[in-house]
Amino acid sequence: MDISFNQVSYTYQPNTPFEHHALKDLSFTIPSGSFVAVVGHTGSGKSTLIQHLNGLLRPTAGKVQIGDYHLMANKKVTSIKSLRKHVGVVFQYPEHQLFEETIKKDIAFGPRNFNTPQAEIEKRIPEVMAAVNLPLAILERPPFDLSGGQMRRVAIAGVLAMDPSVLVLDEPTAGLDPKGQQQIMDMFYQLHQEKKLTTILVTHSMEDALRYADHMIILDHGSKYMEGRPVDIFKEKEKLQAVQLDLPEIIHFLRRIEERFGISIPYRKQTMAELATEIKTKLKGVSKHE
Amino acid sequence: MSRAYIEFRNVFFRYSEDQPWVLKDVSFRIFSDQWVAIIGHNGSGKSTIAKLINGLLTPEKGEIIVDGLPVNEDTIWEIRRKVGMVFQNPDNQFVGTTVRDDVAFGLENRGVERREMIRRIDESLKAVAMADYRLQEPHRLSGGQKQRVAIAGVLAISPQVIILDEATAMLDPKGRKEIMDTVNELRTQERISLVTITHDLNEITQADQVIVMNQGEVYLEATPREVFLEETLLQTIGLDVPFVAKLANELNKDGNIISKQPLNQEELLEELWTYHSIK
Repeated sequence: MDISFNQVSYTYQPNTPFEHHALKDLSFTIPSGSFVAVVGHTGSGKSTLIQHLNGLLRPTAGKVQIGDYHLMANKKVTSIKSLRKHVGVVFQYPEHQLFEETIKKDIAFGPRNFNTPQAEIEKRIPEVMAAVNLPLAILERPPFDLSGGQMRRVAIAGVLAMDPSVLVLDEPTAGLDPKGQQQIMDMFYQLHQEKKLTTILVTHSMEDALRYADHMIILDHGSKYMEGRPVDIFKEKEKLQAVQLDLPEIIHFLRRIEERFGISIPYRKQTMAELATEIKTKLKGVSKHE
Repeated sequence: MSRAYIEFRNVFFRYSEDQPWVLKDVSFRIFSDQWVAIIGHNGSGKSTIAKLINGLLTPEKGEIIVDGLPVNEDTIWEIRRKVGMVFQNPDNQFVGTTVRDDVAFGLENRGVERREMIRRIDESLKAVAMADYRLQEPHRLSGGQKQRVAIAGVLAISPQVIILDEATAMLDPKGRKEIMDTVNELRTQERISLVTITHDLNEITQADQVIVMNQGEVYLEATPREVFLEETLLQTIGLDVPFVAKLANELNKDGNIISKQPLNQEELLEELWTYHSIK
């Protein structure tokens, strides 16, 4: 589903001493099937933005469009439930929301709420368990016996079981060990490609934005600060630093190599092995000319 | 030579007899003035170590010594005066309605006299750059500010060791760096030891010593440089090494280009400079 924000503003507790403008005149479009990273430091409006994507919040001004659904101020969305069926949100620490007595019941909870027929739910459960890489043998066990990383996978399986076409991920790897982080991100990327999802990733990790996203939106104090392809965004070191964002480490290092040795190695998702070879070859090349 | 401040001697722990061991025969020493990082996959027993140090949990077998005292029911309150802990989620740690009251809580519990209490609150809030917020409500602060208040609460009781149990995991990179800088500065000023339990690979580069946990056992105990050489080993137990170490290891795969395992970009660039000048 195509998503667009058209001059969207959101104000918490308007006309009170606590009034806070969380989003200001925000406009962007996300074409169906793209993988977008939303980046910005704490308080920049990221969470407010994603709460508009499934209608938890309605804009104070402007218009949000998600496929055929329109969210505007003063207009109640009649079909909010069906919007939420299409937009799956994996909130931060989603495992805190597990509550059922078995893993199976927990996964089935979402689709049952949307009146998905039992036969269809039964069919989806093994699919989503496979997608999050959990064995079917544990379905009848309580989710709380699992490790933190596995509990998170169960929670994600519950979102996938609703068969969403838009997946919103709010810091999905926070608190996981390095291997768990990589596995979860690779899993989302695979799902994104296989199911042709529109994926919106809220992250602090510039590394993940660079590796997975086709497009980046940077927020600062509720406004759009920058937008574009990650490789282009990360060319603007000073502009990023002005809003306290860093370059991904690899980009930063390649810049320093260029400063130090005068050799340019563009980033194109090369593996560590390819990068090492490239550095060695180019460094040799430089010394020959001296 | 500094002395062992915290010592684990063949410690075994499990939650109940029909459950598997969470810690199996764990022994190590942490010296005063040291920064020790404990890393390990989720469920490797890292956080259990922290809870055993200040007696939140009790080992089934083995002995834990803190500042010369065995941790047990009789010594637990004395030990908690020496050991300050900050946990992952700041929201679970607040008791006061204002920042000042919250920092006062630990002092009141210890029966600190009022004038001394006010002095310590002021000093510790100043140390974490939160003095201007003393009358604010803790829940209105940002995540990084909350963790700084939590650290101030720990500092106020003048501990000899601070344990950060994934205390920066919920913060953004900037907040994380601020907290680590603050704590490290305090560590050198106050000459206390620091134990950080973390997943952040870049954070361990600053530690003096690293304890790598795997499935309840001490898997490796070494300096960061030594740990970073063990990339493949770490990956098999769910961990990894930072970008700089990875690239250095890759560069060294066919031939010794890097002579000393680099901890940061600067050191790696120096190594590359040497490589590039020799030929």
